[in-house]
Amino acid sequence: MVAIVIAMVIALASDAMLSIRQFGFGFLRGQAWNPIKGEFGALPFIYGTVASSLLALLISVPLSLGIAIFLVEQAPHYIARPVGFLVELLAAIPSVVYGLWGIFVLAPFLRQYIQPVLAQVLGWTPFFRGTITGIGLLTGGIILAIMVTPIISAVVRDVLAAVPGSQREAAFALGATKWEMIRVVLVNGAPGIAGAVILGLGRALGETMAVTMVIGNRPQISLSLFDPSYTIASAIANEFTEATGDLYLSSLVELGLILFFVTFIVNGIARILVWNVTRQTGGVGRAA
Amino acid sequence: MANYDQIRRANSAFMTTLTALCTVLAVGALFIILAHIAWQGIGSLNWQFLIDRPRPVGEGGGIGNAIVGSLLLLLISAAIGLPLGICVGVYLSEIGKGRFGGAVRFIVDTLTGIPSIVTGVFVYAIIVVPSKHFSALAGGVALALIMIPIVARTTEEMLKLVPHSLREGALALGAPQWRVILGVVIPAAAPGIATGAMLAIARISGETAPLLFTAFGSRFFPESLNQPIASLTVQIYNYAISPYDEWHAQAWAATLVLMTLVLGINIIVRFLTRRKF
Repeated sequence: MVAIVIAMVIALASDAMLSIRQFGFGFLRGQAWNPIKGEFGALPFIYGTVASSLLALLISVPLSLGIAIFLVEQAPHYIARPVGFLVELLAAIPSVVYGLWGIFVLAPFLRQYIQPVLAQVLGWTPFFRGTITGIGLLTGGIILAIMVTPIISAVVRDVLAAVPGSQREAAFALGATKWEMIRVVLVNGAPGIAGAVILGLGRALGETMAVTMVIGNRPQISLSLFDPSYTIASAIANEFTEATGDLYLSSLVELGLILFFVTFIVNGIARILVWNVTRQTGGVGRAA
Repeated sequence: MANYDQIRRANSAFMTTLTALCTVLAVGALFIILAHIAWQGIGSLNWQFLIDRPRPVGEGGGIGNAIVGSLLLLLISAAIGLPLGICVGVYLSEIGKGRFGGAVRFIVDTLTGIPSIVTGVFVYAIIVVPSKHFSALAGGVALALIMIPIVARTTEEMLKLVPHSLREGALALGAPQWRVILGVVIPAAAPGIATGAMLAIARISGETAPLLFTAFGSRFFPESLNQPIASLTVQIYNYAISPYDEWHAQAWAATLVLMTLVLGINIIVRFLTRRKF
């Protein structure tokens, strides 16, 4: 197992060597991605990856918190279990299926109903400008949000369930309302919740198929959520088999290497945070 | 004061309702997606579609080769991934208690989060490049790599549920540790391990990204494991991004088949175990 990880790093690094030598750290800052001219810069992809993931978290974190709170603190047992299972089923839907749904259902829906309204109401900000196509950063972010919600909410559920009941009783005894009690529980589980969010971030960063299918795949940096963008994972998925020339291929592998390290670090941090909370209280952490 | 109290109560009621709404939203999204797949997919689903291979636009065609391909890929990856994953799980639960075991557990957990596309690039580098062509074998290895950490973790969790008294009893009868693990602990946890294996298979049967440049895809029925092979997921992807309405309809139908497989396994496992993982 450990050997696999080491082999992974070595294999990726050796294949990426060509582009690492050629571009150095400039690769991370380069804005141009033009295979024909032999220019390779990763910045548009890094921007697209980070922007779509953050957008996804912005939507899914409040949603997941709400779901977890409802399932742990409010719903009676006979509702919480089946509903919890249904939410987890969202995680079982394959990525490519989300992509298909995104192209043919979500994108047209956003184009017709949501984006015109956003453009009208919030068009004065730089975030909602440009041509309305339905394909772009916004759609990618929403699809990602649906995909990471079950993961975040499942971990938050475990974390909230691990908060001792005495905390809740104490809050009630002091005359707290239900919501004030829940806030006490949230504060208690804060590190674990942070871990859950970061875990979701890790998943969003590396998500490939669904994002590739709806984000538009144009390597550009634009503030507007309506504009097409490109993520690291979709660049690899789209261009890997078509990459001609060693430098092109090597640049794509280096993108993969970046993604590998980033997700490895992000997941590592998340695991440590979640472990600490669930272990302290004797709860069992669940692999998401 | 009474006024402030009312605000607190109203706020509490409002926020708790909001959490219920969040849940309704998520479950609603699930049903909307599933209903849409069923509605769109059922139209182009027929027997011919299930056994035929892809044809050019306008001539019908089906996903028979993709179904065979997907099953073959699952078989290869299960043959590689299950034994390895279970071994790692046994090691974590029974043998590796110290610092090294902790490190392995951490790495396994973190590996679960490695994007599957990166796994694809890795397998491309170590198998496809040396052998100079895409192959079913490479696809199977890529899926196995994704499977191992999932199987390892569920195996570990299941083995931990086996009571210590069983192990101590066997050890007291003079059995060496390997006999205890093989003859007592693993049989006791076997149903749980099988469940974990099924969930892992459900998970990888929906994977697309690692197959794009390992198994690659094909328009014919597989003849050899050393050649590119079709799979349901890659087929769906290719059809979805194509410009033809007929292929879009086929993509929905193929999705319906895939979802029946994936959700079927998930729901069966749920009913068999009736216990929370």
